[in-house]
Amino acid sequence: MQENTGKTAAEKIFDAHRVDNPAGDMVVLGLDAVFCHEITTPVAINDLIARGKDRVFDPSRIMAVIDHVTPAKDSKTAMQGKIMRDWARRHHIEYFFDIGRNGVCHALFPEKGFVRPGYTIIMGDSHTCTHGAFGAFAAGVGTTDLEVGILNGVCAFHYPRSIKIEITGELPDGVFAKDVILHIIGQIGVNGATDCVIEFAGPVVAAMSMEARMTLCNMAVEAGATCGICYPDMTTVDYLWPFIRTEYDSRQAALEDYRRWQPDKGAAYQQVLKFDVTDLPPQLTYGYKPDKVCPVSEMQGTAVDQIYIGSCTNGRIEDLRVAARVLSGQRINDSVRGIVSPATPEIYQKALDEGIIKTFMDAGFCVANPTCGACLGMSCGVIAEGEVCASTTNRNFYGRMGKGGMVHLMSPATAAATALAGHIANSNLYRE
Amino acid sequence: MHTFGGKTLFLDRSDINTDEIIPAKYLTEISKKALQPYLLEDLNLEGFDPAKDIAGCRVIVTRANFGCGSSREHAPWALEVNGIHMVIAQSFARIFRQNMFNCGMPAIDLPEEIIDRLFNEFSGPDTEIYADLETGELTVEKQGQRTKIAFTVSEFDRALVAAGGWVEYADARYGTTGS
Ligand code: SF4
Repeated sequence: MQENTGKTAAEKIFDAHRVDNPAGDMVVLGLDAVFCHEITTPVAINDLIARGKDRVFDPSRIMAVIDHVTPAKDSKTAMQGKIMRDWARRHHIEYFFDIGRNGVCHALFPEKGFVRPGYTIIMGDSHTCTHGAFGAFAAGVGTTDLEVGILNGVCAFHYPRSIKIEITGELPDGVFAKDVILHIIGQIGVNGATDCVIEFAGPVVAAMSMEARMTLCNMAVEAGATCGICYPDMTTVDYLWPFIRTEYDSRQAALEDYRRWQPDKGAAYQQVLKFDVTDLPPQLTYGYKPDKVCPVSEMQGTAVDQIYIGSCTNGRIEDLRVAARVLSGQRINDSVRGIVSPATPEIYQKALDEGIIKTFMDAGFCVANPTCGACLGMSCGVIAEGEVCASTTNRNFYGRMGKGGMVHLMSPATAAATALAGHIANSNLYRE
Repeated sequence: MHTFGGKTLFLDRSDINTDEIIPAKYLTEISKKALQPYLLEDLNLEGFDPAKDIAGCRVIVTRANFGCGSSREHAPWALEVNGIHMVIAQSFARIFRQNMFNCGMPAIDLPEEIIDRLFNEFSGPDTEIYADLETGELTVEKQGQRTKIAFTVSEFDRALVAAGGWVEYADARYGTTGS
């Protein structure tokens, strides 16, 4: 453990939350928040009941949502929802988001102000790494770890090793955080950051919105990382200001406080990687692993059956705005079907107010409610065997969006352009 | 400490993934017990018949990288509800191994030549293997033949097993800690 040199962001968070050192480099961390959804939590709840331990460590630090299959599609998913509802009621879990108020967990919880710099967060979901965008340590865990999080507010991890990825240059028009992270995963591979924390740094990240940083961190796990972290700065403060204004005298004061969670100068990294994105063209995936990545132009013309815009990766308001800009006033090609799912009710409402929903509907898109839905092939746009989906989600594993289907991961701009063309195409926002 | 061991199932293949241990379509189940009939349903291994071969087994011996693929904890649960509470392999996927100890069940790795020897000399339906986690010794028995094999587990992993898993370990130590 780096006691004498500077510390990385993750090391600072670990040292501030260390409750125990049970053995070797295992650290038991005190948790600031435990997030729950209806796919992995019901089993944990039932197991706690069976052990006679149906308790929660602190109902105000548990946030729960029904998001993966909502509204329920069959008796089994209805029962998963019911177990969550009954449990939340029994334990007075105030931050429980049921139908009508629910949205994709990794979009909803940040939007509610539940994520702060320096926090420790776990969830029974691999894309929990998204929340590192706020300078937090947030990790996906298995069900037993989730149970212990709910019960005791702790989780054990190996003391973190970190990789620093510096993103330099200037992003071209029509190229987005999604293209950057796809490119990085394509370069370092699906095992490139296994068991490490990735710190995303450099001027390109500093210039990114919180939405874009969340897209970046969301896919850190696709390179094997436990968490992706962006350093808290004024962009972070501005995003959080409605939630923290009573805690700080000024935004500047909040920023001063959050600087604690930036890494020290002499921090020791396992690896430091640099990516200059000045000449980066839009990217997409072409195989069944997220590191099979190439420029969109190389796949130009490939036929698709469905376009899906949504998910915890790219279902936020900025994503919908970009897609609507590409669509503006045009209709999607007759040969394809389009589905858009705004990731949360608030995003949906904003999209309505801004006329974005109308743009999508006029273009011929089906506007679905906020849900994970087709992203994991459970509902709301599952594709058939042999079909191809152009998708703004984060996983292209074989069968992910439907048995025997192929998924190409891409940015919302590329997805919208593909919908118009009826085949894979670069958007008009990008000029070669 | 609970004793681990009993009738042993030999699975002579590397890279057995968690989809083979328990297929994804059963993830909507909300109880561990419901997974019981489906263990190793899709295992790609010649001559293996889950309907006949699993019954009564307490231990699995297998090759390298057992439990790779999806992180689903349903895999160790499917073993557990079938009475299998110990896996011995040349190596494990990291998350599967952690999930096993989190459930209070040992995942023991042994060098390739010892795994080879187990397969060559002991594989068969009437082999029993027992583990003593205190002394770090396995006892392998087959038709009157008997041998001892040394193994190691970390102090933390041993403590997890002694406590009956991470839930019991943490609940006894950390109360309602939080941050
Ligand atoms: S949107 Fe997709 S990747 Fe994100 S939490 Fe839902 S299922 Fe998982």
